[in-house]
Amino acid sequence: MTATTVSEPAGTARSASRDSWAWLINTRLAVGFVIVSIFTLGAFILPLFAPADPSVQSTYMKNMPLTAAHLLGTNSLGQDIFWLLVFSIRNSLILGGIVAVGVTIISTIVGLSAGFIGGNFEWFVMLVVDTFITIPLLPLLIMLGALIRANQAFLVLAIIIFGWAWAARTVRSMALSLREREFINMARFSGANTIQILAREIFPYVTAYMLVNFINTMLFAINTEATLAVIGVSRVEIPTLGSIVFWALNYNALFTGNYVWIIAPIVATIALFLGLFLLSTGFNQAFANRRGVL
Amino acid sequence: MGLVQYVGKRLGIYLAVILIGLSITFLLPRFMPASPIEAYISQMQSRANGTITPEAIEQMRANLEQLYGLKGDLLTQYLNYMSRVLLRFDFGPSMSFYPQTVSTMILGALPWTLSLLLVSTVLAWLLGNLVGLVAGYFHTKRSASVLEFVGILLYPIPYYILAVSLILLLAYVIPIFPLSPTFPAGQMNLTKFGMVIYNSLLPAMTIVLAGFGWNILSMKALAVAATEEPYVTYARLKGTSNVTRMFSYVFRNAMLPQATALALSLGTVFNGAILTEILFSYPGIGLIMRTAAGAGDYNVLYGAIAISIIAVATAGLVIDLIYPLLDPRIRHR
Repeated sequence: MTATTVSEPAGTARSASRDSWAWLINTRLAVGFVIVSIFTLGAFILPLFAPADPSVQSTYMKNMPLTAAHLLGTNSLGQDIFWLLVFSIRNSLILGGIVAVGVTIISTIVGLSAGFIGGNFEWFVMLVVDTFITIPLLPLLIMLGALIRANQAFLVLAIIIFGWAWAARTVRSMALSLREREFINMARFSGANTIQILAREIFPYVTAYMLVNFINTMLFAINTEATLAVIGVSRVEIPTLGSIVFWALNYNALFTGNYVWIIAPIVATIALFLGLFLLSTGFNQAFANRRGVL
Repeated sequence: MGLVQYVGKRLGIYLAVILIGLSITFLLPRFMPASPIEAYISQMQSRANGTITPEAIEQMRANLEQLYGLKGDLLTQYLNYMSRVLLRFDFGPSMSFYPQTVSTMILGALPWTLSLLLVSTVLAWLLGNLVGLVAGYFHTKRSASVLEFVGILLYPIPYYILAVSLILLLAYVIPIFPLSPTFPAGQMNLTKFGMVIYNSLLPAMTIVLAGFGWNILSMKALAVAATEEPYVTYARLKGTSNVTRMFSYVFRNAMLPQATALALSLGTVFNGAILTEILFSYPGIGLIMRTAAGAGDYNVLYGAIAISIIAVATAGLVIDLIYPLLDPRIRHR
């Protein structure tokens, strides 16, 4: 990254803090980080203190109002809405994380190899990538859901198989631009070997993209599962951000006056998605600034 | 690359997408642990309280295998399937609505889906790009960042949340729209048409809102970059007005990647349309798919998926074939 720091005007705040982490901070990232941290910590620590498994029905009285014992009341199935929400967020985050790991591995391998090998191989890979992007995913998942309803692991696999293409496309375009960049030639002429170039020049670049892709894939995966749950073609007994809305809609939460049941997951989902999105664009912005692109 | 090569290349990709897509729909159910035929037979058996004899089951299985094209080895099945879908447009009869054929069911629903999608996607693209253009062109002004903020706020919201929130807000809290939309069947006339439009407004609004945010953000980024190009400075020095510069200089160039992006994102847009249809009981392909999935009507399900893939690929092709009209660099090379 020497080329970018040299071209920077002297005396700016950024060049002074070149070796610290200050370059990473921007508003979007900060806001996103706070929101996602709260959700993640809450979703993984709170369940340790859960009084009962919230997915079990008829644990409590039905349709109770908001009290200290039940922060968000209970629903028409006798479940505590607050704990249901906490478990939903946790399950959705776990699902998103697993899918994102799988997609990141596949897309990085596919994208980098397509970008660096080039030629007919790249042409063929990009044809497959564009096909996977074009094919509408939801119909296929509805079909899979109808065939094998009760298998969460299979759903994760299916989302990975059909979700890697967008990420592979970004990684490949990054690889293309990287191929032309001066600083790699610079490093090579300065006597660095391939391993050093990979580790010191290419890897920092790639990790930035991988991180952003990882978060975007999490958004995609959580959204896809939730979508299937809302229309009732996934395993809706498992609390996720989608299944909680599915039950609320199915039991007409609006007409029975149990507004919290449907509004709480909506607010939580919007906050979580906004947080993840701000985190991803914040990282993007920070890395772009550091690269001197912006 | 001249125009002929461009069209040729694009047609090649089109065929490949359809071929790969149909192959996936062919192969997926065959690698599943559950067999639709066994599921159907056990469903029949439980309906008949277990009174079906083994011989009758055997006959039923043979009939169903014939019907689903599961006779013979995988390659024969595959070739049969492909020729049936691509050449004869034949998906067999529906199980739940026997003897109605799948293709008539789907062809009846397709205009609904296409008209909803076409209108709302074009609207989302135009509105989103317009707002994004203003936000990008005036990106130095503080008020423009408010527009971008709208995009940031809207873009990450999942589709189903948008749909449910809109129902909540505009059909329940402020009851402007019907809570459960009704779509009249039979011959169209003016009153029925008005009713259809009224009932389609909420689903359409969902699709527009969903596409809106992404278009704002993407267009804003493109417009900011284009605004700093030398030809825009030149146009300013020439004395052109802000409006001319914004539309004829910045938008004219920034719209090209946006058109390509639209073609690429059609699959996602289509996913959204399906979800909207299911949540709003809009009588399109999505609703058919959901009903078929619930009833185990696999013929209809496979047919609807095959048609969706063909429809999305074709729409992408159309956009890409319009592209040379937008980009003179391809025409005049």
